[in-house]
Amino acid sequence: MTHYVILEGVIAFFLVAGGAFAFIGSLGMAHLRDFYMRLHGPTKATTLGIGCILIASMLYFWVTEGKPDIQEMLITLFLFITAPVSAHLLAKTGLHLQLRHIDITGGRPPELRHEEIGEKPVPHPDRGHG
Amino acid sequence: MLDIALKISLALVVLALLLNVYRLTVGPDMPDRLLALDTMYINSIALIVLMGLWLNTKTYFESALLIAMLGFISTVAVCKYLLRGDIIE
Repeated sequence: MTHYVILEGVIAFFLVAGGAFAFIGSLGMAHLRDFYMRLHGPTKATTLGIGCILIASMLYFWVTEGKPDIQEMLITLFLFITAPVSAHLLAKTGLHLQLRHIDITGGRPPELRHEEIGEKPVPHPDRGHG
Repeated sequence: MLDIALKISLALVVLALLLNVYRLTVGPDMPDRLLALDTMYINSIALIVLMGLWLNTKTYFESALLIAMLGFISTVAVCKYLLRGDIIE
């Protein structure tokens, strides 16, 4: 009997933690001052939050139905793979469009070339310039 | 205990979605709106999973997986459009 009480507590903890992390990520996105700062909230905190909620759901259906299900794990895995990729593309888009940013945010990572952050035009050797 | 935790989690996810809508309407530039949409689909997956827990059914998880895949593809497509002016070159 106590077994189920402990499991219920674990599931409730994961649910509340997931909701709190999702809320904190969205709060960061709504509150912070420039685009590169806003990118931090959704890409890290929200992904962790939905991971917690999906783990809670998987545990709940495991306890109630008696066998584990792969589907929630699949959603978690897919989100954990795709979140960094979309964040990288969003950051590249922000650099390309030369968004306004406050002075502390550099906006000039050393590993990117000059034409990737919009400082120089993209060379086109086949069209005769570049 | 599980009932109260589910209600708290639902309330927090709905508040997160409202903050996403705020950023979607206010957001000064295009990538801000795109980021808000990206976060909105992740939060809507959370909402669907919580609805599955609330109704005690596993029917809706396929739709959550579908939203995850299509949301990622649409984010990449709009990013590609903003970066290159074209999606498939």
